Amino acid sequence: MEMLTIKSWKERLESEKAYDLISELFEKIEKSKLNAYITLNKEDALKKAEDFDRGKLRGRLAGIPIGVKDCITTKNLRTTCASKILYNYIPPFDAHVVERIKEEGAIIVGKTNMDEFAMGTTTETSYFGVVRNPYDLNRVAGGSSGGSGAVVGREAVLALGSDTGGSIRCPASFCGVFGLKPTYGFVSRYGLIPYANSLEQIGPMASCVEDLIALFEVIAGKDNRDSTNAGKEFKFERKDRKLRIGIVKEMTADDKVMDKFYEVVEQVKSKHHVGEVEMPSFKYALAAYYIIAMSEASSNLARYDGVRYGYALDKLDSWNRYFSKVRAEGFGKEVKRRIMLGSYALSAGYYGKYYLKALKVRTLVKNDFARAFNDFDLLISPTMPALPFKIGELADPLTMYKMDVNTVPINLAGLPALSIPIGFVKGLPVGMQVIGNYFDENTILNFALEVEQLLN
Amino acid sequence: MITREEVYHIANLAKIEVSEDEVESFRKDFESILQYFNILDEVEEDVEPTFQVLPLKNIFREDIPKDSLPREEILKNAKHTEDGYFKGPRIVE
Repeated sequence: MEMLTIKSWKERLESEKAYDLISELFEKIEKSKLNAYITLNKEDALKKAEDFDRGKLRGRLAGIPIGVKDCITTKNLRTTCASKILYNYIPPFDAHVVERIKEEGAIIVGKTNMDEFAMGTTTETSYFGVVRNPYDLNRVAGGSSGGSGAVVGREAVLALGSDTGGSIRCPASFCGVFGLKPTYGFVSRYGLIPYANSLEQIGPMASCVEDLIALFEVIAGKDNRDSTNAGKEFKFERKDRKLRIGIVKEMTADDKVMDKFYEVVEQVKSKHHVGEVEMPSFKYALAAYYIIAMSEASSNLARYDGVRYGYALDKLDSWNRYFSKVRAEGFGKEVKRRIMLGSYALSAGYYGKYYLKALKVRTLVKNDFARAFNDFDLLISPTMPALPFKIGELADPLTMYKMDVNTVPINLAGLPALSIPIGFVKGLPVGMQVIGNYFDENTILNFALEVEQLLN
Repeated sequence: MITREEVYHIANLAKIEVSEDEVESFRKDFESILQYFNILDEVEEDVEPTFQVLPLKNIFREDIPKDSLPREEILKNAKHTEDGYFKGPRIVE
């Protein structure tokens, strides 16, 4: 199937009405088996399409349909985080990135399905059911931005995801699309419902590099409402130069995935210098990541008390019983697990053993990356350690966590990383992860353009 | 390593009611996950902790008053309200 791109969509818009194209897209979505959307924005999207047809919708993304992950706040459009506890939440404001795409004329198709509160690698923890892989309906689309991965090029042209420990790159890899986790601070988190603030970023997902760049240029930039925003804009510049590329030895995958990875590495070698790099701290990165993510989650998710918004009980009881019951009924099992383990890791007597130790490992991970970037411009690895899993295959939580082993070190360090689709094994997509230095998305995207061309 | 009583204690800290039939499954999960976390005990090198990755210091802006969201917009998602306020559960038993 030919994937939708900004270019192909714009070509159709020259001879057809946006209203007809958007209607056709919704017909396709309503018949779809992917379960990639939680809430559709049909009425508003069709109105926007009419505006486009009348010449009233302008901007860099004018008339382009986009899916928005359901942890990104959209004014007057239900935002659930795929959780029962927010099943009825209608936000009174837009996230910064939503303001930006609206200003540029993009048409929001709907809110994409995800793991509950972005806690998962398969979207199986969604209160609204699992997202299915477009290449095999019995397999997962990846997570946590599984819906965004599945709709890109199929049920939308573009999508926004969020990435706390691989949540953009994993579904990009499993669905055969591009997904960028930007440098921490490049994209404002204002309106991103928080899971682990110090780790997460909103990022673009697209079916080609050109589209990824277009969306990233729109969403990156200054915003005073996020106190960790770096205040930098992004403008892509094409640069053609020989790069030093390091394969990270600790980031591996099963043989089928590795064979595909090295097949592409061989082609890359014709132009660039390719070496290997060791990262001794990565042995501890996964544990450190989960301790930090769970600790931050336990604090962030304390806000869900059934009082101001979301799932509530009919009768207000005493506060202790009311909060505990709302949260017991509103959160799914994985969310409870992470909140409770986070509370434990931060509790008296364990803070030093778990949380503080994890933050020290984070420093070691950062230092390993800094050393590697002395010798290399980019680092590469397979994005995921395996092909897309069968639905229900990863039943044990710890086994699931271990699937994030190649993606979490990047979030600990706050670096940018992109998953590039590099082909198929047994009909299932494989992704290559490309990691750059801080705010050096430009080098990553230049390299991605080359790889895209090489493989076409 | 982790007892049922500890699971109840953690659940109380997190304000999540845990039922009799859930407690054992949480206990097992916590035990295996915490056991995995103990891998950090191997790390001997002592460095400064990293709370956040960017070298950002305080960022100042002009203190200009702006309108806040209207009260009815804020209250529309709440189930229990009274006289333009959120209504919460009883604090005193």
